[in-house]
Amino acid sequence: MLIPHPLLGPRDAQEFTYLGDASLLNRPDGMAEGALPAFCDYVYLRDNPAGIHRELWFHEQGDRSWLVVTRNTLTHEILGAELARDVALRRQK
Amino acid sequence: MTRLSGGLIDRSKTLRFSFNGQGYTGHPGDTLASALLANGVRLVGRSFKYHRPRGIFAAGSEEPNALVILRGGARAEPNTRATVAELFEGLEATSQNHVGPLGFDLLAVNDLLSPFFAAGFYYKTFMWPKVFWEKLYEPMIRRAAGLGAMSMQPDPDAYDKGFLHCDLLVIGGGAAGLAAALTAARSGVRVILADEDFRLGGRLLAEGEALGDRPAPDWVAEAEAELVSLPNLRILRRTTVFGAFDHGIYGAVERVGDHLPTPATVRQTLWRITAKRIILAAGATERHIPFANNDRPGIMLAGALRAYVHRWAACPADKVAIFTSNDDGHRTAADLVAKGVQVTAVIDPRRDAKALGQYPLFAGSVVTDTKGRLGLSHVQITRDAAPVWIKAGVLGVAGGWNPNLHLASHHRGRPEWSEAHQAFLPAPAGGPPGLTVAGAAAGQGTTQAALMNGAEAARAALADLGISANLPDLPAASDAKGNQHPLWHVPGKARAWVDFQNDVTVKDIKLAHQENMRPVEHLKRWTTLGMATDQGKTANVTALAVMAELTGQSIPQTGTTIFRPPYTPVSMAVLGGGDTGPHFRPRRLTPSHEWAAAQGAVFVEVGQWMRAQYFPRPGETTWRQTVDREVLATRAGVGICDVTTLGKVDVQGRDAGAFLDRLYANPMASLKVGMVRYGLMLREDGHVYDDGTCARLAEDHYVVTTTTAQAGPVYRHMEFARQCLWPELDVQLISTTDAWAQFSVAGPNARRLLERVVDGFDLSNEAFPFMACAPLTVCGGLRARLFRISFSGELAYELAVPARYGNALMARLVQVGADLGATPYGTEALGVMRIEKGHAAGNELNGQTTAQMLGMGKMVSAKKDAIGTVMTRREGMLAETRALVGLQPVDPADPVTAGAHLFAEGVAQDTWSDQGWITSACFSPHVGSAIGLGFLASGTTRLGEVIVAANPLEGKSTRLRVVSPHFVDPEGGRLRD
Amino acid sequence: MRFSGFRVIAEALTGHKGWKPLWRNPDPQPAYDYVIVGGGGHGLATAYYLAKTFRQARIAVLEKGWLGSGNIGRNTTIIRSNYLLPGNEPFYEFSMKLWEGLEQEFNFNAMVSQRGILNLIHTDGQRDAYRRRGNAMLLAGADAELLNRDQVREMAPYLNFDNARFPIKGGLVQRRAGTARHDGVAWGYARGADIHGVDLIQNCEVTGFRIENGRVLGVETSRGYIGAGKVGVAVAGSSSRVMAMAGMRLPIESHVLQAFVSEGLKPLIPGVITFGAGHFYVSQSDKGGLVFGGDIDGYNSYAQRGNLPVIEDVAEGGMALMPMIGRARLLRTWGGIMDMSMDGTPIIDKTPVEGLFLNAGWCYGGFKATPASGYAFAHLLATGQTHDTTRFMRLDRFERGHVIDEKGMGAQPNLH
Repeated sequence: MLIPHPLLGPRDAQEFTYLGDASLLNRPDGMAEGALPAFCDYVYLRDNPAGIHRELWFHEQGDRSWLVVTRNTLTHEILGAELARDVALRRQK
Repeated sequence: MTRLSGGLIDRSKTLRFSFNGQGYTGHPGDTLASALLANGVRLVGRSFKYHRPRGIFAAGSEEPNALVILRGGARAEPNTRATVAELFEGLEATSQNHVGPLGFDLLAVNDLLSPFFAAGFYYKTFMWPKVFWEKLYEPMIRRAAGLGAMSMQPDPDAYDKGFLHCDLLVIGGGAAGLAAALTAARSGVRVILADEDFRLGGRLLAEGEALGDRPAPDWVAEAEAELVSLPNLRILRRTTVFGAFDHGIYGAVERVGDHLPTPATVRQTLWRITAKRIILAAGATERHIPFANNDRPGIMLAGALRAYVHRWAACPADKVAIFTSNDDGHRTAADLVAKGVQVTAVIDPRRDAKALGQYPLFAGSVVTDTKGRLGLSHVQITRDAAPVWIKAGVLGVAGGWNPNLHLASHHRGRPEWSEAHQAFLPAPAGGPPGLTVAGAAAGQGTTQAALMNGAEAARAALADLGISANLPDLPAASDAKGNQHPLWHVPGKARAWVDFQNDVTVKDIKLAHQENMRPVEHLKRWTTLGMATDQGKTANVTALAVMAELTGQSIPQTGTTIFRPPYTPVSMAVLGGGDTGPHFRPRRLTPSHEWAAAQGAVFVEVGQWMRAQYFPRPGETTWRQTVDREVLATRAGVGICDVTTLGKVDVQGRDAGAFLDRLYANPMASLKVGMVRYGLMLREDGHVYDDGTCARLAEDHYVVTTTTAQAGPVYRHMEFARQCLWPELDVQLISTTDAWAQFSVAGPNARRLLERVVDGFDLSNEAFPFMACAPLTVCGGLRARLFRISFSGELAYELAVPARYGNALMARLVQVGADLGATPYGTEALGVMRIEKGHAAGNELNGQTTAQMLGMGKMVSAKKDAIGTVMTRREGMLAETRALVGLQPVDPADPVTAGAHLFAEGVAQDTWSDQGWITSACFSPHVGSAIGLGFLASGTTRLGEVIVAANPLEGKSTRLRVVSPHFVDPEGGRLRD
Repeated sequence: MRFSGFRVIAEALTGHKGWKPLWRNPDPQPAYDYVIVGGGGHGLATAYYLAKTFRQARIAVLEKGWLGSGNIGRNTTIIRSNYLLPGNEPFYEFSMKLWEGLEQEFNFNAMVSQRGILNLIHTDGQRDAYRRRGNAMLLAGADAELLNRDQVREMAPYLNFDNARFPIKGGLVQRRAGTARHDGVAWGYARGADIHGVDLIQNCEVTGFRIENGRVLGVETSRGYIGAGKVGVAVAGSSSRVMAMAGMRLPIESHVLQAFVSEGLKPLIPGVITFGAGHFYVSQSDKGGLVFGGDIDGYNSYAQRGNLPVIEDVAEGGMALMPMIGRARLLRTWGGIMDMSMDGTPIIDKTPVEGLFLNAGWCYGGFKATPASGYAFAHLLATGQTHDTTRFMRLDRFERGHVIDEKGMGAQPNLH
């Protein structure tokens, strides 16, 4: 597979380490009321879609960026990639 | 046997080769198969199940029958298709899968017993008595099964891997592929043309036809000359593109040295080709027609026969018959006649069949039987009633053509049945993105159409990339349409083979139908159809059609089969590349490796690292003596150990403290500058991830350490936290594991030793207390960092210098500390001392451990939102009672063994009475006996209790006393001294 | 029809006219007491034990494609009970005991072959861990032996002992482990279930659940609505997709695992060998093909195909461990969808929807579990009670903090 790195262009997927669903960006507030059930969902439950999946890849053998890659799990087609940091900052706004 | 005239072989040179010990000769340009045929050899092998005599069936990679062991010794290569093995001087080949001589295989008795070996028979028997399966039946089956034998020796050849990139990859160098390559290459784009053959041209080499006014091979030579001259095109000969992977990546194997007596460089190279566009022009594979006894040596594909005659000037018999359901077989007959071969019959089921030349035509007839034990002698022809026998040493069978669309369905797109073509064609959608199919692979059966189609496919592919290309002037070529009139099998009672290698007959398909194994996948699995080394290339479509006939459904209703990589089998060695033996993984050396090696250190693999395990001295005969000495010397004087492998991460920024507070379960922001704190890192699921130290060198600067094993994962995790969870924090990270050499200097004389290397730095307990840290210089100006931390329990420091000075520093410390007893120690002594001190390490931190188990439950701060904190509050984790304890044998002579399980005394030992296990154990020179650490249920309340360590695996059981895990200096006085 | 050697001989002598279909092709009834979704190994085994052992009736298995088309149709056929944790080992040992009598039980030769599994040890830490595991196996009633380097060498002299990056220091052997003919297992259960009256319905895809007041009433399928007293879902890699139709999210990700077969070779290695320092395990089928695999590709996938890097990684492992296989050729590859659970351990449990039961999360180890999984799931469906060996394999273990994390990798499915 080739991952279209937003800064570096297409890179072989072998340079990356995969983590999983990009919902891992949405870490609940650990100090909030009811944090435990929220964390149980966050840590363990996944949509696991057959189709479009937003997922986290780490450019371990590269620039050490975490990326959010949008990929179709049925065809492996990659629809886009952006810096996870940008996604996370946008989410906070 | 003599050669025919012509052919693309170099008759000026003669190559000697042997088959089953018998010497023969051939010429450059021959394959093993063509050379055998030219020498009149028809019997080449035996079939898988019935051990039927088999010959050469095809002229390419689809060959099901002519499998040999190529070469000998460690280079022996079983199951090699004689049809693709290029002849070289001294080639040795032997036949396989027979007991006794090839001509008299004792296992041919299976053929007589074939009624008992019908499809799926083994699922129905061999069940009684039960123990006979492993003892008798299965060994018997295993010995009989299998094809060729391996040498059992390591492969002596070298292999390589490489990456290639191009705009257009053309797969197949026949008419369509050459036209595509010419079109694309002339436009200046980067083109790779790959062909599995050693000579470009594909079927153009196998036909007698002309292109324009020249023989086809002449046109091929001219096209090739142009392609070779173009710098933007690379020809990969002898290269099979075996798989279409994601995003335009194709796997290909170039057989660099397989055609040489021994490879000059590497034997094969694995190419990973990344292409923007791909044209699959892999041609087509001819179908055969199942009829009674259609598997004898001498019965072959008619198109293959034509190839042997034209390209290799080899005809394996004087008298040849052709059985064809379409005009293409007549073309073979006409070509043979033109070459002066006697064609004794052309048998065509079509009543209106027309002869294309001077040969006896049996229209409206079929072949209903054959004779000849080790090679075809007679063919039985039946028109309406009375059959006739005619003589023939070779029978060419032409059942039509199946496009080689395999790679087009490697992404699981299903081929579609075309009524017009009477064949499966690539589906318009669902193929690998960017791939188009051209030529015969797309059902373009004539040479003219293939040329045009190839050129147009290239132009369209480039247009897709925004590049315009002109169609080349293509020569006029044959546009004789070989309309397909499939005859899927000749009905009859005797066995008619569909899959030759695995001995699957029409009867087997009927039986599968009768037993309701009708879905095509059930059919394949029940009968083993298509599972042989040829992957059903000549069998699957025919079998599907036979099943369709039996079910009364159409072929597409019956099913399709798709293809998976590899297109043809690929050697394990080339897939592994050169990364074998000691090169299997990189070898990381510690900064003091050279010095340690000079001292005669014994090294041990620790992940990718090689670490000094211990430093034997003259007179020491066992490793234990050495390790005990290193431990005692450290505890009595001073020991030095290279601990560079521990992960180091530099953390800088205004929010560095806040960031680490969220990463570690215990507080880090409150750490004072110049101090170090133990750090406990949890995974988000609440289990212990890693531990290490955090040193605060400045307000905005920490250096944290990880365990050796987790250095990579923890750094990744920290980056995840920084970029994905808390991007708003002002913090930067970099791994400095390899940048700093770090040495543990431990023991009562540690301070005195370090005083001799630091540049005027005050090491007194007051100025630099336990858990202090500081940047400083050593050895007269060398930048360094000093941490007063202890893994051994002694007064200890870790001193870091830039990695390139590590080797020298190690030597210096040992040298200047000689009078202090400075002793290098390795990982074994390190392990002993940390067990004596009760420090957890890899065996304890195995990913299943909680902070509570380590006695660190209280370190998990509830006052902050650190990773993993919340999940430790789950009921199951709170209920955990197992805790780290020390274990000491009641009888000091008894061993303590890691991996033994712990039980209360006197209970029946099973899974449910199990109370824990021993994680780490060693002989403690300090205690004077073996000791261990372990996790024990309610361990913290059981100090003093005697328990049992059960090690039934090694037949041992030992009584142990539960003690504090801190065998050395439990109060910690020494490290604070 | 009972299968036997005599039967094979009798049929051979009379032209094989008497062989009957291995199972019927019934049309679906309007309703069943039990509907099993998924005609793979686990679903078929569940139906078999429900009908035969638990004497239930009105049972259907609904299969989207052909029987046995899931991971039972494509796997590396290993059976073993060499697990560590009490949440797992007794279950897999129960499965092993069922394997040992399986063929006689369902009258079908599934070629269960106890030729042993050898897990290689390359470091002292690994030896400690394998000793702990071997002892756990013995304590659960399984068999295990710890070998030193010389013993391993005697058992498998063709391994790389002289030139290895990670020297072999020993091995853990389970002699009762081995392989079974994967398709034969599916067919044996299918035929046995059919004999006991189960309707095996192929080409019948479940497209939805009918759920009212928190209770499942039946399933919508590509062949119409089918009412059901209880529904058991055993669809492996499709678990998330199917259970989403019942409104559930699962602690599961679907990943691709590739596996490989070489060309047929004369007997080379007798049992199963796993490399302890790389991603490679191998056995040899009765037909002669080396059957081998390694790690999952590592990314979520339903594509049923993988990529080249893992193929290379596995081949590297193979070459590093057994340099003699260099000139053997890889013949076939395939990729299956693995239902990777969050702790690497399966789930056999009821769900919050009454009457709806789940059997999922097998990661890449579901084949060896087939008998016990079917048995335990049938037990749960028939009695409403969890079978003793699956009492920890609960759906709520994650929120309760009772994970069964055999590898200690935490909530990251691609690391299990």
